Amino acid sequence: MRVFILVIFVSFWGFTNFSVKASDKDVYGRNETEEFNPMDAIIDHISDSHYWHILSYTNKDGQLAEIAIPLPVIIYFRGRLSIFLSGEFNHGTRVVEKGGNYFVLYHDKVYVTGINGNLDLNEDGNPNNERPLDFSITKNVGSMWLSAFFLLWIFIYVARRYENHPSTPKGVQSLLEPIILFVRDDIAVAQIGENKARKFMPYLLTLFFFIWINNLIGLIPIFPGGSNLSGNISFTMMLALITFLITNINGSRNYWRHLFWTPGIPVWVRFFLIPVEFIGLFTKPFALMIRLFANITAGHIIILSLVSLIFVMKTIYIAPVSILLSLVMFMLELLVAVLQAYIFTLLSALFIGLAIQEEH
Amino acid sequence: MELSLTTIGLGMIIIGAGYGIARIAQSAMEAMGRQPEISSKIQTAMIIAAALIEGAALFAIVVTWLVG
Amino acid sequence: MELLTPDPGLVFWSGLTFLILVFILRRYAWKPILHAIKVREETIEFALEAAENAQKQTALLEKNREQMMIEAKRERNKLLKEARRIKKEIISDAHNAAQLESEKIMESARKEIEKEKEEAVHELRKQLALMSVDIAGKLLEEELKPTSRQMQLIDRYLDEVNFS
Repeated sequence: MRVFILVIFVSFWGFTNFSVKASDKDVYGRNETEEFNPMDAIIDHISDSHYWHILSYTNKDGQLAEIAIPLPVIIYFRGRLSIFLSGEFNHGTRVVEKGGNYFVLYHDKVYVTGINGNLDLNEDGNPNNERPLDFSITKNVGSMWLSAFFLLWIFIYVARRYENHPSTPKGVQSLLEPIILFVRDDIAVAQIGENKARKFMPYLLTLFFFIWINNLIGLIPIFPGGSNLSGNISFTMMLALITFLITNINGSRNYWRHLFWTPGIPVWVRFFLIPVEFIGLFTKPFALMIRLFANITAGHIIILSLVSLIFVMKTIYIAPVSILLSLVMFMLELLVAVLQAYIFTLLSALFIGLAIQEEH
Repeated sequence: MELSLTTIGLGMIIIGAGYGIARIAQSAMEAMGRQPEISSKIQTAMIIAAALIEGAALFAIVVTWLVG
Repeated sequence: MELLTPDPGLVFWSGLTFLILVFILRRYAWKPILHAIKVREETIEFALEAAENAQKQTALLEKNREQMMIEAKRERNKLLKEARRIKKEIISDAHNAAQLESEKIMESARKEIEKEKEEAVHELRKQLALMSVDIAGKLLEEELKPTSRQMQLIDRYLDEVNFS
């Protein structure tokens, strides 16, 4: 499915680097480092940031100005916790001194430097400098909290409506009810079973709506959106980890027995199966993590690449094509947003269902 | 575009995953045609199987990406 | 690869946010929502069952009613038939009675007439006897007179007697 598209763009990597080198001459007279590099721009867009970017424009002096919300930076380095606004970095041009340590922002990552703020770059262009433990409220965290507040607001409102008018669903209540019923009946009950599903319903429902809403927020290209939370490996890793923990904490005796001493096969085969099963234990959540990350990131990369086409080709005539294609991609991404939330929830329910299954 | 081992590997992953998912979809469609009354169950099973293949393919892509 | 490197800060915040979200939503959203939906489903199921029962009951009642209607119709028909029969009977009875009565009346009339007749005859006889005696007396008287005159006399008397 989406693997295909992802591969195209992974292969695209070399191509884009090539294209930048091919266009050394710049019509705007900028030097080579300011040359538009689509892959850098794309990576910049899908990566996390310490600023919540709102708008960039060229001011009357002909300089590029940026309106962005500075976000709190929380770093822990050598036993010292520092909290300050990312505005102090002044978009990576200023060295910040906290408790005798010096920090700079380079490609939206905080590095420890000396007083002069010099970075020790290796041959790939990545700094060798030490990094503090970064617990900053980044753009992705902010967007996640936005989605969390949205979910709380909407579902507590709906719950109150259910308490007051249980038999007449109205408005958003009647919009959400079939989805809740779908998660309950077609995901939880179908995979876990009528009686045991109830225990996991809150997790599965929250998971489904949390992934979905974050996928959708990620699709909004302007201010309150614009993040790529569900396409960030950290986020999907955490969700996959929680599924992994729930699966194994609730694993029945039968589940563990099948894992380490599969019944019904010769003893010598069992020894071979132990590592296989053991690896399988981790590949399942790993695939969950990678699937969500890759699908959402691939979607973002495709849309950004289509938009980048205009700047790579340096002609306005490609714009209709690229806008039309990105519109189509946005439509597809809307489907993917709900599909990936469904698949993540379905597979979580499936793994839980397999784990808690008693003797059959 | 440089033709590296990574690119070839990615192509092979796609061929494998595409073939696998195509087979699943084909079988699922046929089964749905034969027994339309349990098509929702078949659909769920199809998505699960496809997701497992996709998972394996993604795993391979990630490894290729990291190694290549 | 930078994209594939998890960022500990984001991992931490994701986990924290998600777990808090699960706990709050479980307490304040999913529990009431799922409970309400379940209650409603059960209510609907119950209502459906009740409706089905009611329908069965109604069907039964309808059947009973129909049965009763049929019964009533049959009863009515029977009654009508009976009534018709009785009517006929009454009419025929009356007819018979009337006939009988008329016959009786006629009979009695006839008897009366007979009796009257008999009486009349009897009277006549008596009269006749008396007359005969009278005549005999006259004859005897007339015996003593010319025969022709006697004959004339007899004729005259006989003429005088009007057998009416």
